[in-house]
Amino acid sequence: MSATDLPTFTDEERAGQEERLRKVWTTPSGWRYWTSVNNTEIGLWYGAAAFIFMLFAGLLGLMVRVQLAVPDNSFISADLFNQAFTLHGTIMMFLFAVPIFEAIAVYLLPSMLGTRELPFPRLSAFGFWSFAIGGVFVCGSIFFNAAPNTGWFMYPPLATDKEYSGIGADIWLLGLSFIEVASIAAAVELIVGIMKCRAPGMRINMMPLFAWYLLIVAGMILFAFPPLIAGDILFEMERMFDWPFFDAARGGDPLLWQHLFWIFGHPEVYIIFLPAIAIMAMVVPTFSQRPIVGYSWIVLAAVGTGFLSFGLWVHHMFATGLPQMSLAFFSAASEAVAIPTGVQIFVFIATMLAGRVIFSVPMLFGAGGLAIFVIGGLTGVMVALVPFDWQAHDTYFIVAHLHYVLIGGMLFPVVAGIYYYYPLLDGKKLSDRFGKVAFWLMFVGFNVAFFPMHFSGLRGMPRRVFTYPAGIGWDWFNMISTIGAFVFAFGVGVVVIDVVRPKRKQPRCEQNPWNAGTLEFISEPEEKWGVRSVPIITSRYPAWDQPDLIANMKAGRYYLPDSPMGERETLVTTVLDARPVQCLRVGGTSIVTMVAAAALGGVFIALTFHWWWITIACAIVTLGAILTWLWTGTAIIPETQDYDVGLGLKLPVYASGPDSVGWWAMFITMVGDGTAYASLIFGYFFYWTIHEDFTGGHAGPGAFWPMAALVLFVLAWLLMLAARSLNKANRIRATQGVLVLSTVLTVAGCGAGLAGPYLYSMDPTLFVYPAIVWVVAIWTVVHGAVAVIMQLYCLARSLSGRMTARYDMDLVNVVLYWHFMVITAVTSFAVIGLFPLLR
Amino acid sequence: MHHLFIVMVIGGAIIWALTIGVLAYAGRTRPKPMSVRGASRLIVWGGVAFPVIVLFLLLSYAVWLMPQVRPWLPGAMDGTAEIEVTGEQFWWRILYLDQAGKPAFETANELHLPVGRRTTFRLKAADVIHSFWIPALGGKMDMIPGRDNTLSLEPTKAGIYRGPCAEFCGTSHALMAFSVVVMEEADYLAWRAARTQAPVAPQKTSGQELFFRHGCAACHAIAGTPAIGRIGPDLTAVGERQTLAAGTLSNTPDSMIRFIRDPASIKPGVKMPAFGMLPDGDIEAISAWLGGLK
Repeated sequence: MSATDLPTFTDEERAGQEERLRKVWTTPSGWRYWTSVNNTEIGLWYGAAAFIFMLFAGLLGLMVRVQLAVPDNSFISADLFNQAFTLHGTIMMFLFAVPIFEAIAVYLLPSMLGTRELPFPRLSAFGFWSFAIGGVFVCGSIFFNAAPNTGWFMYPPLATDKEYSGIGADIWLLGLSFIEVASIAAAVELIVGIMKCRAPGMRINMMPLFAWYLLIVAGMILFAFPPLIAGDILFEMERMFDWPFFDAARGGDPLLWQHLFWIFGHPEVYIIFLPAIAIMAMVVPTFSQRPIVGYSWIVLAAVGTGFLSFGLWVHHMFATGLPQMSLAFFSAASEAVAIPTGVQIFVFIATMLAGRVIFSVPMLFGAGGLAIFVIGGLTGVMVALVPFDWQAHDTYFIVAHLHYVLIGGMLFPVVAGIYYYYPLLDGKKLSDRFGKVAFWLMFVGFNVAFFPMHFSGLRGMPRRVFTYPAGIGWDWFNMISTIGAFVFAFGVGVVVIDVVRPKRKQPRCEQNPWNAGTLEFISEPEEKWGVRSVPIITSRYPAWDQPDLIANMKAGRYYLPDSPMGERETLVTTVLDARPVQCLRVGGTSIVTMVAAAALGGVFIALTFHWWWITIACAIVTLGAILTWLWTGTAIIPETQDYDVGLGLKLPVYASGPDSVGWWAMFITMVGDGTAYASLIFGYFFYWTIHEDFTGGHAGPGAFWPMAALVLFVLAWLLMLAARSLNKANRIRATQGVLVLSTVLTVAGCGAGLAGPYLYSMDPTLFVYPAIVWVVAIWTVVHGAVAVIMQLYCLARSLSGRMTARYDMDLVNVVLYWHFMVITAVTSFAVIGLFPLLR
Repeated sequence: MHHLFIVMVIGGAIIWALTIGVLAYAGRTRPKPMSVRGASRLIVWGGVAFPVIVLFLLLSYAVWLMPQVRPWLPGAMDGTAEIEVTGEQFWWRILYLDQAGKPAFETANELHLPVGRRTTFRLKAADVIHSFWIPALGGKMDMIPGRDNTLSLEPTKAGIYRGPCAEFCGTSHALMAFSVVVMEEADYLAWRAARTQAPVAPQKTSGQELFFRHGCAACHAIAGTPAIGRIGPDLTAVGERQTLAAGTLSNTPDSMIRFIRDPASIKPGVKMPAFGMLPDGDIEAISAWLGGLK
């Protein structure tokens, strides 16, 4: 569309539009500020919280270093040391490295994609509050001497030993499960946002690389976190109710936890690393003053890294005694991942070579990080080779390797990102001088701290030792490491000072201070609407290639320049070619998300202390808050079918099925849910493979009740399909009747599902077989219970006239849930009912 | 194995220097930017072709090395071994086996091995996961409850080595180590024979009497005496060991006294109760007697 076709508004019209937009998107003041759901606030809080957790974990790291500075030191006790290193790793991984990217993504993506908001702002807020509550809970535990003390990997049977780990392990399991919920919520938000909410014309091959990376990472979260959640469930059942999943004496196996943990844990490394590369993929083209060289190369490499990262987990288990054949396979896969990583590095170098580089602070941190990361990558190639890993595994060589990878591959790029994107916060640049001082302190301090660890590791120093004897060749290396750690910490301190120092007197910088080619700098700190109007994009670097684009956007000459109905609106576009298909009204400021997060936090915290009644009370409040949130904020029947979004385009405000973002969110959530379920089934068959007779002579649930449950769930699903068709045919009464019938069958199916293990008196504390059968049955029945709530919700929506033949999003999404439900039920009941017969 | 490491360190250093060299060059102000075609070619050669070739060669070399470092001995298949080592919080139970695989004699926290011959270990865990590792002799192997792992090692030089526990196993993980005495074959056989023979009752002293009176034998065994406790480490010939308390203290009478008086102050989380309520004379007598067991 050429500029002449764009509408022109008078100053008066524009002022009116801006006033209405401002009113709709305003952030409340006073304490209500904290009820905001706007992406810029949530992103800022999220990032600040993650950064504060990082500083806290850094202090714990310094404590560890002080204790190890000299041999036979008694600076802190063995027990406190064990809590400190466990919490250091746990916080850095779960409360900093992953959330900081969710934060940056929530903050940047809308303006980068040329849109107003992500599709579910309240979900972002819910995720943030869950994260904050869970994070404070986990961090705070160390002040009560109750922090987890078994290492961030929580290997049973040490971590299942209640006498040793106290409630620390429960805090880890429940506190982090809560945070994992937040991560998955963010993943859903980011995937749907990137796929469905780009500016019109921004085809998928024109997306900024940051969006590509975040899409891949969010997809990885969706497949990596659920196995850990499944593992957490098994673990907590063992700790709370003595179900012997990891107890070898009763048929369990500690190695199952290691598999589930590292199926999560290795992709986790790339979940952390890829978004940092994403920042560099934005920084490098800007400072090379040219588009990236090899856009498709880097996208393919990122996708390849994402895939491969799921095939490497066994390299954390090379010393567990697995067969050498499988070790060789995982060794090869681990080496292979170096190739796409190399491609990404060379894409940056190529871009710099083909451009004219301006070397400023973000580039300094980027290049310094790369120099560090490459060392980590090379030692990674070394430890991926089995014979070398047998020697290096669980020594300080690995400590050095992982810090080179994570600090070079993640922390330095994040600091680069802070210097690069800070102007978005308040229109001021951070100081060049502070930045350079911070860089050199961090760079030198880091290498002084961590390079000697390669040597102490090669000299046989194992990880996680709270002390060591003098005179066995580790003394000096440790002393040097400790000195380096403090220099490094000073460097981080300088960054903190630069960020928090008052900048009132400092002049404002230009709006696009580095002359970036992408759109994120369009967002102004004072205006909460993200983009003034939603543009039409025709280039990968619109700010360079589309002259007048920004001026026209600001003049409101594109889509959605106004908000006549007083709603927060943004465009939904198609996945591949970004054609506008819907005007989406997103949720605004609300306290309901905070209440839901606080109540869900209450559930997890009360569970830790076995306060059952409080758990139940909090669960009821959570459910109530979520239902209120859905009832008042989603699937609202709009005032009009066709809504004028500007430029002569009329779009529906209400969509259901695959056109709607809600459908995608349900689909994506259920993919994650299905992955957790698959991990449980993996556990079932894992026990089958390690035992001659995996029932251990214990009775199964019989075939009758599981089969009855299977049939009931299938019937209930068929009725849900019927309900959807009847509703579409506008036969409202029949729909309601069928919904009731389906609900009854679901309840009956749940009862039958539990009847098998119950009537055959399967005691889950005796042996692992009854325990895993119970877990599979309970998982399915809990999903059945959720299905019942959804069915009743649809019924209530229909009865209250909020769901009609045309506006049927609720029912369509619930039927989508049911597709997954029926797969789960059929698999579960076939496995627990029929599989024992085949053994 | 050693060669592999040298190859990797030198190769790694060269690759790092090249990559960072190119990066530094790319960051300089140059009169004319490189063409996009040239830059893309760099991605193909530097990012794809070079790593593929190098990694393929390196991986082949390492996989070829695997069975040499850890041969698939008969022991690895049928579980026969010469020595069974069990990791316990926070010490090592060591059981020497005879030709038929039956227990020959037990000891703790100190291995004796022959030089120049491959010895096969069966590795177990009594409570939590530990990892058996003698850095000077070769890679590590985890000890996992419910699983028997097998490892074989071939010392090439006589001497005394240290083996730490390499998997975090609780409060005093750092204080769980053992000594390895690698001996000439003949010495080893003599040492073994001395242990296997019907044990000679140690000289009776007041220390021995006190050892039994204060209940030490409930947990500790000493060959040739009625002490057959199996909860704590076997103390047969404890006087000749390199260290006390699983690599934590040097083997001196003073260390022994300190440990008996308050084990947890030296080794937090240890299961042995403190005996500080005993008269100093009693503890000294017990220590002296134990120290004399050789």
